[in-house]
Amino acid sequence: MSISREDVQNIADLARIELTDVEIEKFQKNLSAILDFVEQLNALETKDVIPLAGGTVNMNIMRPDEQTDTYMEGKSAEFVQQAPDKKNGWVRVKAVFE
Amino acid sequence: MNLNELTIKQASDGLRERKFSVSELVADCLEAIKDRDGDIHAYLDVFESAKEEAKKADDMIVDVGERLPALFGIPLAMKDNILIEGMRCTAGSRILENYTAAYDATVVRKLKNHGAIFLGKTNMDEFAMGSSTENSAFGPTRNPRDISRVPGGSSGGSAAAVGAGMCLGALGSDTGGSIRQPASFCGIVGLKPTYGRVSRHGLIAMASSLDAIGPMTKTVEDARMIFDAIAGKDGFDSTTVDAPPPRTRPFDIKGLQIGVPKEYFSSGLDPHVADVISAAAKKMEKAGAEIVEISLPHASYALPVYYIIVPSEVSANLARFDGIRYGASAAGQASSLLEVYTRTRGEYLGPEVKRRIMLGTYALSAGYYDAYYKKAQQVRRLIREDFEKAFARVDVIIGPTTPTSAFGLAERTDDPLQMYLADIYTVAINLAGIPALSLPAGSVAKDGVSLPVGLQIIGPWLCEQLLFDVGMEVEKIIWKTTTESKIL
Repeated sequence: MSISREDVQNIADLARIELTDVEIEKFQKNLSAILDFVEQLNALETKDVIPLAGGTVNMNIMRPDEQTDTYMEGKSAEFVQQAPDKKNGWVRVKAVFE
Repeated sequence: MNLNELTIKQASDGLRERKFSVSELVADCLEAIKDRDGDIHAYLDVFESAKEEAKKADDMIVDVGERLPALFGIPLAMKDNILIEGMRCTAGSRILENYTAAYDATVVRKLKNHGAIFLGKTNMDEFAMGSSTENSAFGPTRNPRDISRVPGGSSGGSAAAVGAGMCLGALGSDTGGSIRQPASFCGIVGLKPTYGRVSRHGLIAMASSLDAIGPMTKTVEDARMIFDAIAGKDGFDSTTVDAPPPRTRPFDIKGLQIGVPKEYFSSGLDPHVADVISAAAKKMEKAGAEIVEISLPHASYALPVYYIIVPSEVSANLARFDGIRYGASAAGQASSLLEVYTRTRGEYLGPEVKRRIMLGTYALSAGYYDAYYKKAQQVRRLIREDFEKAFARVDVIIGPTTPTSAFGLAERTDDPLQMYLADIYTVAINLAGIPALSLPAGSVAKDGVSLPVGLQIIGPWLCEQLLFDVGMEVEKIIWKTTTESKIL
């Protein structure tokens, strides 16, 4: 199950990672090898097996819409300060639409 | 005085008996760091502020007196993916090289409430991806037993810090063995708790359905002390669960049913490591336990399942590192929003991180989701069911933590798959969400050096107390002590 250089470029685009040519070639080898390795799962019959998505079997954990722990209160200004580019308490980004 | 060589229990008793002060305890640890960390590189940041914190703690002892919290004044090291407010937190990555945490992780808040002292942040594989700490963007950590070898990973810094007496205990994180494997390589104790027993709020996420924070210590008793302090339900992490009711029956190794999976003793296992584990099992049998051969039929599929599910979750969790909200950014050089993302991530993320993000992106993409991700989740259920069936028959399962002792630096860095094989005995535990403890069971001789071998004790969901009981019994049987540090 080899993947092509084009596949690697497509994946990199989806993953929003810019790769050099050297990286594309290296990752093509690495990813092909790993995908070959995981192919062995196809040997298993899993027709009626329900997928297990979580580390826990708990589901639909709910709580009343009340704040009991105020530790994270008032930190939003600090968080915005961590952004590389900000203005007037907002995170500033390049134009989303061109 | 070498107070850094004490266990947490010994230090805790000593502080209460006024044998020494918190300041002296912290000073000895900082001294040990000065002496040894130049060679080992366990720490990314050492907190000089620990001295003032120690002084404040000493003042408090005078006021509060005897009723001190269990971990009061205990110097600990913290893996650098756990947020401590006001301190740098890098996750071993250049993309967070200058990131300062804006809040405390829940486990940090709990430890601060105990009055524990943080000595610094420890080195790790970048974003916890690795089994040797060689994927750190800031240089590798070396194994204190043999500095030409790896300490294991991804919590290699924490393991080396404990193993070299540069702290009394540490926190690590474990997604596929990242506490247990380095604990095994460095000759210390490491616990991966049941998924949900310890809050992940403030832990930089790798794979959210597998990540766990846990203690790394010199003794099992120390691990229990830290675990008791950090475990608990947390409103900020809705996957956390309540503590189970306490065990009422006193523990007795006589009659304990110990499962040994036949699948563990196959070709990949170093025969000398196998000998140490078999010897430990025989000793437990002599003490009255019953060794039962069991089968975990899907054991060999755990690694491929892991290397689909984890990269998939990683591709989602690391999407946030895009040069917009925090961390390094290529926005200055980018000519479009898209380039801000692609250049930031291209420039600042390391190769293993890129590899896993891309693998995950591929496995989750349209046309491949069913063949890879869904299939992996189905096999994950089969792996979990293997353990459910096993625990219906036995109380605990034992085996080697790792197939080999610590390998050499640069020995496996060319072949990612070779590196992944280090986790062959640990990943299934995270997939099933069960707890497991690794503790030193002996050593193997390699090139004239004695390298530690870890025994892994695996328990059913929420059975940490049983693991501690069995672990302390194993310490008595093999090392004749539960209180003395077994290192150095």
